[in-house]
Amino acid sequence: MAKVLVVTSGKGGVGKTTTTAALGGALAQMGNKVAVVDFDVGLRNLDLIMGAERRVVYDLINVVQGDAKLSQALIRDKRIDGLFLLPASQTRDKDALTDEGVERVIGELKAQFDWVICDSPAGIERGATLAMRNADVAVVVTNPEVSSVRDSDRIIGLLDAKTKKAEAGERMEKHLLITRYDQARAERGEMLKIDDVLEILSVPLIGVVPESEEVLRASNVGTPVTILSPQSAPGRAYQDAARRLAGEVIQMVIPGERRGLMTRLFGRRAA
Amino acid sequence: MTIAVRPSVPVRIRGRSYLALVLTPEAPLDAWFHGLDNLAEKAPGFFRRRPVVVDASRAATNRAELKALMATFGARGIRVVGLDGVQPSWAAPELPPIFVGGRDGADPTLVADPADADGGAPIDAASAPAAPAAERTPVPAAPAGAPPAELAPPTATAAASQTSLVIAEPVRSGMSVFHPTGDVTVIGSVASGAEIVAGGSIHVYGALRGRAMAGCAGLAGARIFCRRMEAELLAIDGLYRTAEDIPPELEGRPAQAWLEHDLMRFSALG
Repeated sequence: MAKVLVVTSGKGGVGKTTTTAALGGALAQMGNKVAVVDFDVGLRNLDLIMGAERRVVYDLINVVQGDAKLSQALIRDKRIDGLFLLPASQTRDKDALTDEGVERVIGELKAQFDWVICDSPAGIERGATLAMRNADVAVVVTNPEVSSVRDSDRIIGLLDAKTKKAEAGERMEKHLLITRYDQARAERGEMLKIDDVLEILSVPLIGVVPESEEVLRASNVGTPVTILSPQSAPGRAYQDAARRLAGEVIQMVIPGERRGLMTRLFGRRAA
Repeated sequence: MTIAVRPSVPVRIRGRSYLALVLTPEAPLDAWFHGLDNLAEKAPGFFRRRPVVVDASRAATNRAELKALMATFGARGIRVVGLDGVQPSWAAPELPPIFVGGRDGADPTLVADPADADGGAPIDAASAPAAPAAERTPVPAAPAGAPPAELAPPTATAAASQTSLVIAEPVRSGMSVFHPTGDVTVIGSVASGAEIVAGGSIHVYGALRGRAMAGCAGLAGARIFCRRMEAELLAIDGLYRTAEDIPPELEGRPAQAWLEHDLMRFSALG
């Protein structure tokens, strides 16, 4: 049974698109057939992060409006088998998307894929609500910083109110992914700690992705970080998150805490 | 050329809800007013110093009839501060302001004002101050269309909570909980940017990071309780305090807030 996953955050620039690409790459590497769908109509980025910007012919709006078939618009990833991209349109705006059209396209994707990952635009308006509307699972991306956390809280409220699952009286499955985390800065009080974020949002944690040069490099070369450098800290964090989404139970590793343990050990030895 | 410089005085405008009696005259009006006179005889001064709103939906079909109705109330010394159930186009300077969006409040108990037991003179309706035009807040109306027949013992007129609302999950940013008829209990946290408005008290078994407004229908005895005080704004009966005014030593601790002589007081709990 296909699962529709929405990657959302409320605030912009926290790493929704990076997360969509990385989770898509990781789930595909695990042998799933995955479609990543860019809902950020007018400000599309997922094609760049996936390195497919030169292969876009048709887009989501063409398919929603019936100008193109889904198979014509889907772009197959050259590096990983089973990974496909449905790009957004850069020239149109979100009003071109209709509720019924989006539902039909998501339905078609569900028939062909194991995972459909929707990359939500920032904000809480129509584009974001359309992206989450048909989802079964949500990954809420948050930076350890107050404005991002508050916006995520707002989005979680919308997930519980405006999705089809919520309207049918079912419980929306939500997971929290903290990105750009820096243990040292959190300990100095320059960043919120993981526990603080969890306490405020009260949503189960699915992963903590450390702040890393590797993520920026992956974006710039147009490859999901899970494909470019699967052994890096962010690559591993995303892979673990993907496994947890698939139902595996893996112990949570907070990046940087091992160093903390080492210093504690050394400290004890010195004393 | 000289320019007179006047110091600008900030004008403070506040919205506040008040409890008013609502009278709904019905045809035949003669019989209805006779019943009203009987009631006034049993409880002398019942209408004295009480704001009365007239719901004229069953007694007037045009502005002339409405004016005649107001004159009949005026002759009995009943001051009418507002009108309900009338066409907005009937508004006139000599008529009381028109209210919209009223909500039913607690039933009033029919108590004779002790000050009037010795037969206080009825108030001349013409001297009654008109309600300020800026008063746009809904007046929670007490249904008095069918007044209780017997005299109740003198007790507090504003009944406390009628119903309670229990929310068993966190209140997220951007959510607004509006419950004007009683207490609100939240089992979980109230996020920054969320808002709870209650007619009675507010209880938060978690962190209160958003806004809490208790006693919104004019209940000064309402209180706000929370397990972790990190509120953006607290209000009781229209009186508010922002985060800056909350004692810093209470931050992050279990605390309560209440009103004492129109002053908000805070204390730690437990």
